[in-house]
Amino acid sequence: MKHSTLVRTVKLGISSLLLHKLRSLLTTLGVLFGTSSVIAMLAIGEGASEEAQEQIRQLGSRNVILRSIKPREDFATGGGQSVRVLSYGLTEEDLGRIAETFPGVARVVPVREIYEEVRFSDRMLNPRVMATLPVYRDVTGRVVSEGRFLTDQDEQGVANVCVLSYEASRYLFPVTSPIGEEIKIGADYYTVVGTTLDRVRQQSDLAGAGKSSSEVFIPLETGRKWYGNMQVKLRAGSREMEEVELHEIVVEVEDPANVELVANACREMLKRNHKQSDYEIVVPLELLMRAEETKRIFNIVLGSIASISLLVGGIGIMNVMLATVTERTREIGIRRALGAKRRHIVSQFLVECVVLSVGGGLLGVALGLATPLVVEHYAEMRTIITPTAPILAFLISSGVGVLFGIYPAWRAATMDPVDALRHE
Amino acid sequence: MSEASRVPVAELIGVTREYRMGQNLVRALDDFSFTFGRGEYWAVMGSSGSGKSTLLNVLGCIDRPTGGDYKVDGISTARLADDELSEVRSRKLGFVFQSYNLIPQLNVLENIMVPLFYQDDPPEDGEERARKLAERVGLAKRLDHKPTELSGGQQQRVAIARALVNQPALILADEATGNLDSATALEILALFDELHAEGRTIVLVTHEPDVGERAQHVLRLKDGRIESVKRGQRNAAGAGA
Ligand SMILES: Nc1ncnc2c1ncn2[C@@H]1O[C@H](COP(=O)(O)OP(=O)(O)OP(=O)(O)O)[C@@H](O)[C@H]1O
Ligand SMILES: [Mg+2]
Repeated sequence: MKHSTLVRTVKLGISSLLLHKLRSLLTTLGVLFGTSSVIAMLAIGEGASEEAQEQIRQLGSRNVILRSIKPREDFATGGGQSVRVLSYGLTEEDLGRIAETFPGVARVVPVREIYEEVRFSDRMLNPRVMATLPVYRDVTGRVVSEGRFLTDQDEQGVANVCVLSYEASRYLFPVTSPIGEEIKIGADYYTVVGTTLDRVRQQSDLAGAGKSSSEVFIPLETGRKWYGNMQVKLRAGSREMEEVELHEIVVEVEDPANVELVANACREMLKRNHKQSDYEIVVPLELLMRAEETKRIFNIVLGSIASISLLVGGIGIMNVMLATVTERTREIGIRRALGAKRRHIVSQFLVECVVLSVGGGLLGVALGLATPLVVEHYAEMRTIITPTAPILAFLISSGVGVLFGIYPAWRAATMDPVDALRHE
Repeated sequence: MSEASRVPVAELIGVTREYRMGQNLVRALDDFSFTFGRGEYWAVMGSSGSGKSTLLNVLGCIDRPTGGDYKVDGISTARLADDELSEVRSRKLGFVFQSYNLIPQLNVLENIMVPLFYQDDPPEDGEERARKLAERVGLAKRLDHKPTELSGGQQQRVAIARALVNQPALILADEATGNLDSATALEILALFDELHAEGRTIVLVTHEPDVGERAQHVLRLKDGRIESVKRGQRNAAGAGA
């Protein structure tokens, strides 16, 4: 009996709302947009932060990365009129100090970058060519997809071999397998012995090749032997000579708890030994923590926006409901005269509010789920819809209906039946 | 049937209904005592402002007296809570209003069933009853019409069917023919005559002398008091002029 009473009340509520279709629709808009924007923004924010965190994680949360950076012009050494020679950056000495004297360090990997173009037949690419040790793969968590990575024999034999990243191999070898092929780095030929998986799955297609994630690895000794420390860099039309011993040092820390300690030790050491600030220190763990903090703040801001928009939606419903109650005063009087108890009147109007807000909530969930798909498709942004977001948004929007319906419903129920009947 | 054998359906015992208008105290009912017996058909008459509507509202339990007690079908209402009073309305009373007062979003059948909907323990055969009543008032073919699709007379028939659906002890009508043309009014009055013939208790407020004439008894009010009581034949089935 109880069940059929509820069904009847809901049916009645819907039929009353359908008497004023446009008004009911407009009333739900507040809740609709509130709900959908919360879901959409959460999905976009979650996607962005997930992407950022994945990038940081791939740098290795146990790693401290030291990088050479070109100092600002006014500190630059050398500087003849004809050819400028810039000498800066991390040195073999820095590497030695970290490897030998720092406690808590597991492995240290040097990286040299070679400023050369890479060619295969008529295809040309400007990847990051890195001369490094075999252990680089392990420390930075790269995964071999085909063939193998660099080995100690390559290193000892100063072999002319190379490993291509997914991006690089896909551009240079769109159809065939690159393994065993000879590619040209600058003026020399190298045999491709392996490929690595792409790091961050990026949606950029061929147009993006030659950018960030295309990498070519060669043995450290090979790089040292053929290219030396002095390299010519073509930049914005002008020629520059650069002298850099090491472009990057990746320090792997044994215990994740000591990452900060090691990072500070590196900072101290470099400060003491470098006259100019020609290096930077990247601590992925710190970045990760900062990213998490940013995400937390983002969620708080989002939560406030969401509550404000739902509040506004709720006030909209209350406003319309108060007008409806006044408009239907006579109906309330009739129902009371025919035996309706106060709770019947309360539930009648409360049900209408809940139907409005649940309707708005459902439409909002639908719109909120659709928006990230559109964003993902057109803006090439990753979005993540966590299952809690739509459920929570829906529950809150229904709650808003009840909360903001209480007052109008109470007003309706406490009317004097005689006065209500007399109402025009 | 003798005077002593009357079974009281509505008993007013020293009922007072006061309205305070600023400084003034208006007594719409002034120490009013009267008994309406089972099966009687009363017309309540009197000049405007004499307290007819107030009396009907008190009889209908939608207005509470400020003094005295009112018993409907043996139940004393003075101490009833709001919910209990509502239950009394949905079980014991049937209302017919001047302006029909149907609920616009409901169809004819649903409108007739409204009083049952609010009973604590509604009967199982509610819909069947409503259909029979609709047939009885000649609206069997219009069960799913909305009130706006009906004429005034038809709407008032629906209202009468609605007033009967809970098999009330007392039927109350305030100017039930006030909005109708005279031919339609006569049809409605004929319906009341039928109900009276079936033994139902009816209290009908009216301004019009010829409507008052058709009733079995006439109660005249003046300034919230009884001015006169005119009793007709005892068991006048289809009492006519
Ligand atoms: N809500 C109210 N507030 C103040 N005074 C009221 C109220 N309702 C009725 N009265 C007063 O009570 C008295 C009786 O009113 P009532 O409506 O019962 O008269 P009536 O006999 O039905 O008149 P009419 O024939 O015009 O309908 C009147 O003097 C009226 O002014
Ligand atoms: Mg009146």
